[in-house]
Amino acid sequence: MDYFDIFVSILGSAIRLSIPLLFTALAGLFSERAGIFDIGLEGKMLASAFAAACVAYWTGNAWLGLLGGIGISIVFSLMHGFASITNRGNQIVSGVALNFVAAGLTIVLGQAWFRQGGRTGQVPPEGRFSSIILPGADMMRDVPIIGPLYANVISGNNILTYIAFLMVPISWWVLYRTRFGLRLRAVGENPGAVDTAGISVAWMRYRALIVAGFLCGFAGTYLSIAQSAAFINNMSAGKGYIALAALIFAKWKPVPVMLACLLFGFLDAFANFMQGKSLPLIGEVPVQIFQALPYILTCVLLAGFIGTARPPKAGGVPYTKER
Amino acid sequence: MSLDSPKEPAIELVGIDKKFGTVHANKNINLTVAKGSIHGIIGENGAGKSTLMSILYGFYQADHGEIRISGKPVTIRDSQAAIAAGIGMVHQHFMLVENFTVLENVMLGAEGGQLLAKGVASARKELKRLEDDYGLEVDPDSVIEELPVGSQQRVEILKALYRGAEILILDEPTGVLTPPEADHLFKVLRVLRDQGKTIILITHKLREIMAITDTVSVMRRGEMVATRKTAETTVEELAELMVGRRVLLRVEKGAANPGAVLMSVRNLTVRDSRGVTMVDNVSFDVRAGEIVGIAGVAGNGQSELLEAIAGIRKPSAGEIFIDGKPVAGVDPAGLRELGLAHIPEDRHHMGLVLKFEEYENSILGYHRDAKYGRGPFLDLDAMRRDAEEKIGKYDIRPPNPRLRTANFSGGNQQKIVVAREIERDPKMLIIGQPTRGVDIGAIEFIHKRIIEMRDAGKAVLLVSVELDEIRSLSDRILVMFAGKIVGEKSSEAGEQTLGLMMAGIAA
Repeated sequence: MDYFDIFVSILGSAIRLSIPLLFTALAGLFSERAGIFDIGLEGKMLASAFAAACVAYWTGNAWLGLLGGIGISIVFSLMHGFASITNRGNQIVSGVALNFVAAGLTIVLGQAWFRQGGRTGQVPPEGRFSSIILPGADMMRDVPIIGPLYANVISGNNILTYIAFLMVPISWWVLYRTRFGLRLRAVGENPGAVDTAGISVAWMRYRALIVAGFLCGFAGTYLSIAQSAAFINNMSAGKGYIALAALIFAKWKPVPVMLACLLFGFLDAFANFMQGKSLPLIGEVPVQIFQALPYILTCVLLAGFIGTARPPKAGGVPYTKER
Repeated sequence: MSLDSPKEPAIELVGIDKKFGTVHANKNINLTVAKGSIHGIIGENGAGKSTLMSILYGFYQADHGEIRISGKPVTIRDSQAAIAAGIGMVHQHFMLVENFTVLENVMLGAEGGQLLAKGVASARKELKRLEDDYGLEVDPDSVIEELPVGSQQRVEILKALYRGAEILILDEPTGVLTPPEADHLFKVLRVLRDQGKTIILITHKLREIMAITDTVSVMRRGEMVATRKTAETTVEELAELMVGRRVLLRVEKGAANPGAVLMSVRNLTVRDSRGVTMVDNVSFDVRAGEIVGIAGVAGNGQSELLEAIAGIRKPSAGEIFIDGKPVAGVDPAGLRELGLAHIPEDRHHMGLVLKFEEYENSILGYHRDAKYGRGPFLDLDAMRRDAEEKIGKYDIRPPNPRLRTANFSGGNQQKIVVAREIERDPKMLIIGQPTRGVDIGAIEFIHKRIIEMRDAGKAVLLVSVELDEIRSLSDRILVMFAGKIVGEKSSEAGEQTLGLMMAGIAA
């Protein structure tokens, strides 16, 4: 294999690995821009992965699986909202609690329903989102440079991948070109301004959380019935937190969010590729070093290499009218 | 409109009553505001002005009473209903989204459709019209946080007008403004009134009431105690109505008797975190037994100067001497040991920990003193006894050392700080904004304490953006502009002269 082929194969795998991050980070974009810290993204992703796998297993329909994943993710979002908006609880505590609930509940229910040590049953092929070969992919394969890129990176992904990338401009448009987006951004910066303009702060924030739940449902669904064919214990494996890091890295803006997720996906793919390979002069490097790379990079980037990231001003603060 | 007699009421409040738990914030309030007039509502902090206006703007519901707009009874359940009734409010703390443009802020809540594009065009046109009609110039595309405070306030007014407000409520509008900005605001308010808008101005500044209102109502402890035509009343009468007793508006003080130089500043230069020079080669002395006032429009380096002297900010050049000893690099605790007390400009950020109980704040910074404890342990009883003593001496209300500091009014919070710093009996006192957000009753009290310090032979350095305060307290006045001291005047210098120096025009 020459270097270009290797590059193309890493790139293809980077795309696949970055999709759950992208959905989740976009979900976080909506909730955090509305002033609700969403540390519970991890739990939402895990719960929706489980729900999607169960529904797809029972119905054999991938789209119903997706619906199940989105549904449960929105339910989790609403619980977060009830705790932190209606009852003005601490958003971090509420989010962490949801993560625990998701981690525990998926194992307990999985074991009760499937008895496979936390795995769900194998989802049949029609219950999964399978790869779509774009027209002309086979013909293009032999064209130098563009061919392999088209055939192996752009084509051959499942529908959720294309939806993920479509969500980036849509998110941008919603946030910056609609009334909903204007109010959403305002409520995350100065809820008082929204309240005095005669708009309900609580309802705005609930709506933002519903959008976040919707997007996060895609992420979980992708994990269990697009990337694999069953739910496995703790399948999200910290991706929710990495997505949050990507969100901060991207300074809460849609297009940079996409780039950050692609970068993290690329590092992940690179780590997979380096497993068992030896570097010139150095020899074989323990795979853990490469696996740790995304996390190290996250630390380094967040520690200040991205300049000052200015979070939404009212983030994390429950809104109360001043007396 | 033109047929309306000027006496027709825009707003009538009848028997408005509101309780928060045990606090009776508004007691049976009756108020009539004439259309096309500027009506002032004056009262001390906690008198119930803000509650009353919040009821009018739909933030709270009154327990009893009726609101009539142009003669018709209305129910105002939320801000939306208030806006629909033609009421606009300019809040004391601006309700603006700081990283939005002017245009976005004006549109928020009145976007004119699901998509922004159409609304943007019409908002732009409407803003232009409001600008032409009322002289409210602001660039619609500038971002709020990059605008000076005066312009931000104009955006708040534009927001209200854009929503078709006929009645405009302004809550303490000049608290954050420089004198020229305040003048500009008053000009705008007069134009608005002349075009038929009704304006309610809430303030605790008597001068403003006299300068701009047509009618004034006074509130005290939740009650509306009097309404007067502004032309027929005096500052003294209003002050007495507000406080409930006679108040001295101008401190009485004898001639200064300056002694030896206690504090000197030599060629001091201070840069801020961005590297901008805020204090530029400043030198002056303060003697025992005199008050030196530093006048200037906010942001001309006074804050940085104070912080440098207090040991909070490191000077980039120059020296500070206390009792002839150089003290650059000495930390605030060390400076306190040397007899320097500091009443900081912003009690919330520097003077107090609002979540602490009163007695904890009343020794903060002096907690290492032997009388408050031994070794790592605090003597809570001693601290509380000490706090009770100060509470008595400074009439801090409510007299409860166990109350959370946040629950005291602004004036009483300031008294906690003043008591703490003065009662330590320092040799030198540096004070920033001694009476910002403080009731006139407490202002009188604090001013008297400052004069007493001077008469006891202490060196006092005073920084205030209130020119009146500087003029009535200081023995010598230094004027700061753009980081430099542009001149020194005696306390007899006229307001005009000082005002021009503060604007950097004449020396």
